[in-house]
Amino acid sequence: MADVEVEIRVNGQPRRASVEPRRTLADFLREQCGLTGTHLGCEHGVCGACTVLVDGDAVRSCLVFAVQAEGAEVTTIEGIGAPDELSPVQAAFRDHHGLQCGFCTPGFVVSVTAFLRDHPNPTDDEIRDGLSGNLCRCTGYQGILAAVRAAAAGAQATTG
Amino acid sequence: MKPAPFDYHVPESVDDAVGLLASLGDTAKLLAGGQSLVPMLALRLAVFEHLVDLRRVEELRGIERRNGSLWVGAGTRQAVIEASDEVRAAAPLLAQATPLIGHFQIRNRGTVGGSLAHADSAAEYPAVALTLDAELEAQSPRGRRTIPATEFFTGVWSTALDEDELLLGVLLPVWEGRCGFAIEELARRHGDFALAGATVAVELDCDDRVARCAIGLLGLDSVPRRGSAAETAAVGRAIHELDPQEIGRAAVAELDNVPADLHAPADYRRRVGAEMVSRAWTRAVEEAGRG
Ligand SMILES: Cc1cc2nc3c(=O)[nH]c(=O)nc-3n(C[C@H](O)[C@H](O)[C@H](O)COP(=O)(O)OP(=O)(O)OC[C@H]3O[C@@H](n4cnc5c(N)ncnc54)[C@H](O)[C@@H]3O)c2cc1C
Ligand code: FES
Ligand code: FES
Repeated sequence: MADVEVEIRVNGQPRRASVEPRRTLADFLREQCGLTGTHLGCEHGVCGACTVLVDGDAVRSCLVFAVQAEGAEVTTIEGIGAPDELSPVQAAFRDHHGLQCGFCTPGFVVSVTAFLRDHPNPTDDEIRDGLSGNLCRCTGYQGILAAVRAAAAGAQATTG
Repeated sequence: MKPAPFDYHVPESVDDAVGLLASLGDTAKLLAGGQSLVPMLALRLAVFEHLVDLRRVEELRGIERRNGSLWVGAGTRQAVIEASDEVRAAAPLLAQATPLIGHFQIRNRGTVGGSLAHADSAAEYPAVALTLDAELEAQSPRGRRTIPATEFFTGVWSTALDEDELLLGVLLPVWEGRCGFAIEELARRHGDFALAGATVAVELDCDDRVARCAIGLLGLDSVPRRGSAAETAAVGRAIHELDPQEIGRAAVAELDNVPADLHAPADYRRRVGAEMVSRAWTRAVEEAGRG
């Protein structure tokens, strides 16, 4: 079972590595790139904790093999904001009690970042639909919902 | 939760992909969006020595009118179908069904070909293909052939495709005239596979009689099914004479293999199925009546 050379741009930086074909993009990011912000919950596509952007699309990184991302541009939670420079979505999660233990949060923030880019002015139904692919087992969803509403409103206010 | 080791192949063309399938035999599997196959590999419900990734095969992607049909390439992602005006105009049932598939993150990678080849009986696309009398184009080392949807789905997660055969695309006949389409389903949570669901396509004549109709049932057998008895009973009748509830009951009456599991016993699924047919019928007829 031959390893394969891949080059993937992660948060703007080219990363080259030799990987086993069965290595998921999630494991590549965590173990080969040391980017442990991408979390693994279920490892079979159900929970959304591992969500990253591949060429701008929010996807489950546990359902993508690293070899499939050859040549792609990947954005992880580390590429979305930094501890002293939170993205608007991250700030809204903090302000509205959108997280408690934080395990699911990277997946939510990445999903919501893509969702608000594509739906800048969402209805509540659209927000619920957009959140349906991510599971949180401790905060409860009302704070998360409030955070997304606030992030959407904030973006509306700044773009006028 | 890690897949067993495999070798990875990335052909650039359909011919090369089919060639690989032929030479590698039943130790190889095609990989499209990976949204069904990778979970199965991770759970080790399936183990293959070779995966043949279709991501570079451009000829499998596209949406276009071909004579009286809409052709959708097998490699076309569900998200692309969801955003397509061409699909909304030519295959409204496919357009309505797409947002019901999983979540947007799943649709960003999942493909129509993967969904049809995976052939989950509770999945939306197989039911849509069956309802519209779609034709599935396939290629193997023995050449190309077209398989009617009525013959394509053969059992739980199994199809008429041979092991070395690749799905090229699906041809969905375009219904013209006073038509209406609807899909209704009941899922425990948004994005889950449905417990049961129904699709309806209906065409009315100028006197508001049913010129033709098709009823699809999902999650109600090991394969998607048609409610043929209900269809036959409705054709030629004036819509105001038809009771949607009765159509629902007739559509599920012939089912003899309704699945039962922890989520729902068979009898409940059957009743949900009848109700979904009834609701879909009502919506489809309303839409057709406006045309
Ligand atoms: C959390 C979650 C929720 C989901 N919810 C739903 C849902 O509600 N409804 C629904 O319908 N689906 C659902 N799915 C499944 C999803 O729609 C899959 O994308 C789809 O079933 C398979 O498409 P794929 O492109 O990902 O195929 P893959 O997973 O790559 O392949 C699936 C199968 O198809 C075969 N295959 C792929 N392409 C071809 C081809 N061109 N020719 C021949 N064989 C081929 C593969 O060999 C494999 O056997 C869900 C998935 C997840 C992870
Ligand atoms: S870890 Fe990928 S979806 Fe749960
Ligand atoms: S914050 Fe703990 S699981 Fe969501």
